[in-house]
Amino acid sequence: MTIAPDKPTEAEVVVPEGHVKLVIDGETVVAPKGELLIRTAERLGTVIPRFCDHPLLEPAGACRQCLVEVEMGGRPMPKPQASCTMTVADGMVVKTQLTSPVADKAQQGVMELLLINHPLDCPICDKGGECPLQNQAIAHGRSDSRFHEHKRTFPKPINISTQVLLDRERCVLCQRCTRFSAQIAGDPFIELLERGALQQIGTAPEKPFQSYFSGNTIQICPVGALTSAAYRFRARPFDLVSTPSICEHCSSGCAERTDWRRGKVQRKLAGDDPQVNEEWICDKGRFAFRYATAEDRIKRPLVRDKESGELRESSWTEALRVAAEGLTAARDANGVGVLTGGRLTVEDAYAYSKFARIALHTNDIDFRARPHSAEELEFLSGTTVFTNPDNGVTFQGIEKAPAALLVAFEPEEEAPIVFLRLRKAARKGTTKVFHLGQFTTPAVEKTYGTLLACVPGAEANAINALPEHASDVVELLSKPGAVILVGERAAAIPGTFTAVARLAERTGAQVAWIPRRAGERGALAVGATPNLLPGGRHVANATARTEVERTWGVEEGSLPATPGRDTTGILEAAANGELSGLLIGGVDPFDLPDPRLAEKALAAAGFIVSLELRPSAVTAHADVVLPIAPAVEKSGSYLNWEGRRREFGTTLDGTSALPDCRVLDTLAVEMDADLFTQTPAASAADLARLGEGTPSGSSLNVAAPLVSPAGPGKAVLATWHRLIGNGSLQVDEPHLAGTARPVVAKIAEATAQQFGLVSGGYVTVSTERGAITLPVETDDLPEGVVWLPTNSGDVTVRATLGAGHGSIVSVSGGTS
Amino acid sequence: MFESLKGFGVTFGTMFKKVVTEEYPEVKKVTAPRFHGRHQLNRHPDGLEKCVGCELCAWACPADAIFVEGGDNTEDARYSPGERYGMDYQINYLRCIGCGLCIEACPTRSLTMTNEYELADDNRQDLIFTKEDLLAPLLPGMEQPPHPMRLGNNENDYYVNGPQLAKEAGQ
Repeated sequence: MTIAPDKPTEAEVVVPEGHVKLVIDGETVVAPKGELLIRTAERLGTVIPRFCDHPLLEPAGACRQCLVEVEMGGRPMPKPQASCTMTVADGMVVKTQLTSPVADKAQQGVMELLLINHPLDCPICDKGGECPLQNQAIAHGRSDSRFHEHKRTFPKPINISTQVLLDRERCVLCQRCTRFSAQIAGDPFIELLERGALQQIGTAPEKPFQSYFSGNTIQICPVGALTSAAYRFRARPFDLVSTPSICEHCSSGCAERTDWRRGKVQRKLAGDDPQVNEEWICDKGRFAFRYATAEDRIKRPLVRDKESGELRESSWTEALRVAAEGLTAARDANGVGVLTGGRLTVEDAYAYSKFARIALHTNDIDFRARPHSAEELEFLSGTTVFTNPDNGVTFQGIEKAPAALLVAFEPEEEAPIVFLRLRKAARKGTTKVFHLGQFTTPAVEKTYGTLLACVPGAEANAINALPEHASDVVELLSKPGAVILVGERAAAIPGTFTAVARLAERTGAQVAWIPRRAGERGALAVGATPNLLPGGRHVANATARTEVERTWGVEEGSLPATPGRDTTGILEAAANGELSGLLIGGVDPFDLPDPRLAEKALAAAGFIVSLELRPSAVTAHADVVLPIAPAVEKSGSYLNWEGRRREFGTTLDGTSALPDCRVLDTLAVEMDADLFTQTPAASAADLARLGEGTPSGSSLNVAAPLVSPAGPGKAVLATWHRLIGNGSLQVDEPHLAGTARPVVAKIAEATAQQFGLVSGGYVTVSTERGAITLPVETDDLPEGVVWLPTNSGDVTVRATLGAGHGSIVSVSGGTS
Repeated sequence: MFESLKGFGVTFGTMFKKVVTEEYPEVKKVTAPRFHGRHQLNRHPDGLEKCVGCELCAWACPADAIFVEGGDNTEDARYSPGERYGMDYQINYLRCIGCGLCIEACPTRSLTMTNEYELADDNRQDLIFTKEDLLAPLLPGMEQPPHPMRLGNNENDYYVNGPQLAKEAGQ
């Protein structure tokens, strides 16, 4: 028998400051002022039915399903009240459907009203089985309807974007989707149209629902009105297995729920993690997962046939033997360089890092498969590598910051959840957001931000000039809690990190580095860089080296002591024969600052081992291709940009796909070295034994370059990646690709006139390598600047132009 | 002596009784009209499938014997009236217990049970019946899907007035 504590009598209840006392269903409760009745009741365990109410959206009182009986000051309110809009008050007496027949009848009446025009679509509706309307109609509705007239019908379904389908008959007009779009995402492309019985959700003609966050409306729709084109009719909730997972697309590390059936992922939903992504994820995280089941995925090891020169399938034993022999020979000749790419889990990146040091005896390892600089490495290894959620910037920190300065960082395109936090903070009016960029992007408008425009390449000068020209910004940044967020593009602009560090020193603002890819922060932490060992230990530091040598159990003095080459250095060395071999894991050469150099290096390198998922420009040159597991088929963890460890388990078990750490471990054994990274868990444990090194501080001293005018017929190129573009993890997703933003060039009005361009016409941007012709739009860019998306549609800036952010390009009028 | 006569008596007496053995398989037993035999996926009078791939049968199945995956009807390839059709449909007769809950769950009367009881085989694979095995044969006037809706403009015409429309269309 359990002994229940005596319930405190009303007089005994202590009401803390800022709280009120009320009675719900005869039970006395203390609730913080301003809490909504529906939540207070929920805390008591009483679930009041609701459709429009959502804890992260502002109250609307649209569906009227949550009616309760309320008594204030001894006088009952004349009608039942919506508990989702009414806040608690002292002395309130509330009766929910549990104790009040009036409330119960009111709720049943509302349900009957909502069902008048709701079609009997449940068998063909994707929401069937997980539908709040279905569930609540059974729990709180009448068993039969008094209406026998014809239901109102609409043509169905309509595509409000390529990936969101709208069925207006099913809609109960709760406005969760419109409120999400207007409040959270800031993309009010959907709105209520018409009046009365014909009231419906709709989009403006010719303006589809092109939001990076549209998938969230599908998830929060309490009926089947908004459904996903990709998931359409794929499964029912009862035949799906749900596995918690972490998004592998960007550095935010969002919690997700992966639903799979018969060994295939069917859909991904946002997980609930208040510290990171709240309840939202971007469309890339939600819809881009079919790359793992792409037709051309490499499932068996491939070895280049000596006679035919073609890759042929082989056994693991043979492939590992050939790879080990080739790598050993290359190591003993001129050495092997390691390029890991930015998509690895912490455990896998650690295996690469250890493999390079122990099996290849080199520090020639770099995770940066994108424009990079020595200044960036100095900054990352001096400060960023030691940040974590306890001592650095966090999502919640951004929300509380008085000011945020975004340097070379386009939050909506590069880390959408950071954008949502910035917008949330700015919307509350407590955070002022400054964007140091080139033009007023949608993100600038949606974060109510101020654009600090500068010519690409002059970002460092602009930061240095802030105290002089924008003292208000510096003043705001000097307030406690202010943050500076630096994007990956900063590496392409000399002097930026130095300028940022100086500004941070001057103002006391905290700096966070927000890379684009999920694995970059983790790769930095485990030392997949030329100058660091795991834990931020510098390779030139003898004590740190000894520490690592002892923990790894290798001979003292066996770890290479001089910093290695970076990505470009490795490629140059491979191209001119200074390196004999390359070990490449998941790098697309066309993401690299100079794809032509990468091609040359791949062609010249004596021996290449590629760990890949699908055929690429690297596997085309590789001597051995070892297949590895995509994120859903392995366990591991990512470090997100905060430095927060985001662990995830295996979603699809038993596919026999091996994670990188296992492949490298076996390869190392063939080369007589022991990595002890047979499984991600073993790898993580081995890494944990190392612990963290001591910060040595960084000495950043790169002068901001003098930016000279581009010259006649020329312009300075501004460019960054879009969220939805040609990314290798976005293959096979036609519905997602349809919501990409239009591929256009942007140019200032005056510059356009100078080049004889008209908005809506075409522009040709060229370098000596190639030319790109695309439609042009005028925007508020600085003069003499042209902006292109880096890798969207037919526009591949790096591959075609060999140019990057800050390059000088020729501009001329073009025809399609 | 008397005991053995008694024994023969039983034998002799039984000769005049109705036999309980059956001449199966030469003579097939006629079942009760509502016998729970093999399932059938029915068709509309013009040959379109009644199954909408809703998976309610799979949901109702206590033996987890049914697998369904829905599909999207397009203008070019229509298998059933309305938006959705059963793209993949499998019943595993190694698991099916013939309870009939699936046919009670079916919202379109697509799934019914026939009286066919000859469900034995010498391997497991052949006892997983697929959509091709389960679909009702095409009767005269029916057309093999995919084809456009012949009896009306939308699925309501099929569900509300299907038989009349079929009659009018002379089927």
